[in-house]
Amino acid sequence: MTGGTYLGMPAFPVAAREAVRDGVLRANLRRATHTIRDRRARAVAELADWDRLRAAGAAVKDHTLRHLDRYLLQLEEAVNAAGGTVHWAVDADEANRIVTEIVRATGEREVVKVKSMATQEIGLNEALEAAGIAAYETDLAELIVQLGHDRPSHILVPAIHRNRAEIRDIFRAEMGRWGRPAPDPLGDDPRELAEAARLHLREKFLHAKVAVSGANFMVAETGTMVVFESEGNGRMCLTLPETLISVVGIEKVVPTFRDLEIFLQTLPRSSTAERMNPYTTMWTGLGPSRGADGDGPSAFHLVLLDNGRTDTLADETGRQALRCIRCSACLNVCPVYERAGGHAYGSVYPGPIGAVLSPQLRGTDSDIDASLPFASTLCGACYEVCPVAIDIPEILVHLRERVAQGGPATRDGIRVRIRPAHGHAAERAAMRAARLLLDRPGALRAGERLLARARRLAPRRLPGPGRAWTDTRELPPVPAESFRDWWTRERGTGR
Amino acid sequence: MRVALFVTCVNDVLYPRTGIAVVRLLERLGVDVDFPAGQTCCGQPQYNTGYRHETEPLLRRTAEAFAGHEYVVTPSGSCAAMIREHYPRIGRKAEREGRGSGLADAARSLAPRVHELTEFLVDVLGVTDVGAYFPHTVTYHPSCHGLRGLGLGDRPRRLLAAVRGLRLVELPGAEECCGFGGTFAVKNPDVSTAMGTDKIASAAATGAEVLCGADNSCLAHLDGLLRRADVAPGTPHRPVPRPAPRTLHLAEILAATEEEGPLP
Repeated sequence: MTGGTYLGMPAFPVAAREAVRDGVLRANLRRATHTIRDRRARAVAELADWDRLRAAGAAVKDHTLRHLDRYLLQLEEAVNAAGGTVHWAVDADEANRIVTEIVRATGEREVVKVKSMATQEIGLNEALEAAGIAAYETDLAELIVQLGHDRPSHILVPAIHRNRAEIRDIFRAEMGRWGRPAPDPLGDDPRELAEAARLHLREKFLHAKVAVSGANFMVAETGTMVVFESEGNGRMCLTLPETLISVVGIEKVVPTFRDLEIFLQTLPRSSTAERMNPYTTMWTGLGPSRGADGDGPSAFHLVLLDNGRTDTLADETGRQALRCIRCSACLNVCPVYERAGGHAYGSVYPGPIGAVLSPQLRGTDSDIDASLPFASTLCGACYEVCPVAIDIPEILVHLRERVAQGGPATRDGIRVRIRPAHGHAAERAAMRAARLLLDRPGALRAGERLLARARRLAPRRLPGPGRAWTDTRELPPVPAESFRDWWTRERGTGR
Repeated sequence: MRVALFVTCVNDVLYPRTGIAVVRLLERLGVDVDFPAGQTCCGQPQYNTGYRHETEPLLRRTAEAFAGHEYVVTPSGSCAAMIREHYPRIGRKAEREGRGSGLADAARSLAPRVHELTEFLVDVLGVTDVGAYFPHTVTYHPSCHGLRGLGLGDRPRRLLAAVRGLRLVELPGAEECCGFGGTFAVKNPDVSTAMGTDKIASAAATGAEVLCGADNSCLAHLDGLLRRADVAPGTPHRPVPRPAPRTLHLAEILAATEEEGPLP
């Protein structure tokens, strides 16, 4: 069950073109994002202290990130004290190796999975498959993506690009190959589809001896892991199997249990527009409940994942992206995401947050990563809804600078100077020429007069990069006289 | 009262009528208008495309051009936001990187003196009824940098609602970006066009004769789409109902009076 890979993804504008021309996809995305967007707005409006919750969430995250070294060690100590084992993974390969070895040691060939962005990020399912271990996604949408040999296109709703008829077809064709087949006949009523998934997954839950999860939060003072989910599949995975492995980004730690109060309010309202999260599972190592009756897993492993996060933390402007609690509110309000779809972003992190996370976690060397900072109109809708106040437009402009102009960055812990991207040489020259002209009002005036004299010759279609404008848009008509000349004629030289 | 007009490069070169409208409107309200000749462009295209260093000379030029003016008024939310939000940041970074001495102070001094036109009318002059007459059905698109960057709120709509003869109809999905986005329009032309055609379809569906905005760069994109019949061949854009509205800057509506009529 190999998912798609992101290697060699084309640049964003190329990938987005496909999505824009796909009428079914456009309609699916428009319906889904507008529904969640409106519901979120209503859920947030109910809280009079939303702005203060938002500021508090940002402050807790910033404080933790500033002292991340201390809180991670405190967390490790607390998890160990509660009977868990902590592993440190510097990158995706190391994390995959650690998880594979833990599963191998159990002798099992199957794991069940709770929806997790971190394991998607490192490509864990593919790594396990290569080691002969089958990983079964148990979140409904992740199951649809996995059965459809597809890639997730949304952080919270990974199958947002599919409608129910497509989902029924996937269930009918694929479920039987991996376990209990879909009921026959199967309609496309959401209740029927959910029941098919429930029956299929129930077998997996009851057989699995090993589960893999991520976590939304980790509490440093107690060593408690927290998973937010809506379906109850997570609760099954976190309690039934004997071995539990959680792969979690190092930025997910918060100092105290009390800090969760903020995020228990902001995360559900921002992501699913719910007042309270349906299934919030918390566990601390093996926990006190692990007694004679054998409740809960008998082994717990926490894999702390860096994979570019420390490098991101070194960047003064970019580090605020590490506050992200993966709520997806920015995706749901983004007009670019709505038209381009999640796959165009070439990463498990699509949308505005993906456009600032991927080029930081992976670097800006590839075509896709160098194009992501430009995949935005800087309209600011993402910043407005972000529950931890990440100024995404500010980071986008900062990363554009790194790509277009070059600048300092940290790679593998080493401070390096990023050279300007090759594809931007002509643009760089044009921007410089424009600046030289604009820095001379006399030259600007001369240029305006030249333009006015030639206005009747203005072409309808421009060559070169200008084609991107005139393929779909007329050029603005050139006036007979610039404002500057009008002012001089009417009022003299001014001042 | 005396103000300096920052007309912006887009209006200077392509939309002089908007600049003329601002002069006519402000003078009608008893304000003296200067046009400092040293002004050109705020540098937003360079900055937003990732060329911060190229922005610095334009920051210095703009700050010098408007030195000594207590009020600087501009008919562009995005240029006002560039100066107010980003100039201080650009100045700080330049100084820290050892370039452009005095840029931080220049930016800090200019930023609070710059007012977008509707802010200046409503907050500084304290007027919403500017004595305009415009007997047409109008819908208003709030451009993003004015809406979310400056927080203009309902100021533009209050000004429009007070215009005699004008019927203001709400634009569905008004707060959604039109897809211009500066160089985004040419770097991501397919998404930009899809967003723009959705916007003009919403505007046309209101039945308005005029799609009004307060940023001519966004309007250039929308107007360009409206005037091109064969929008993006092969793409499933929503068809634009005809007759489609024409685009017009807010200043040109506010400048029109019963006695003088619209601008010549």
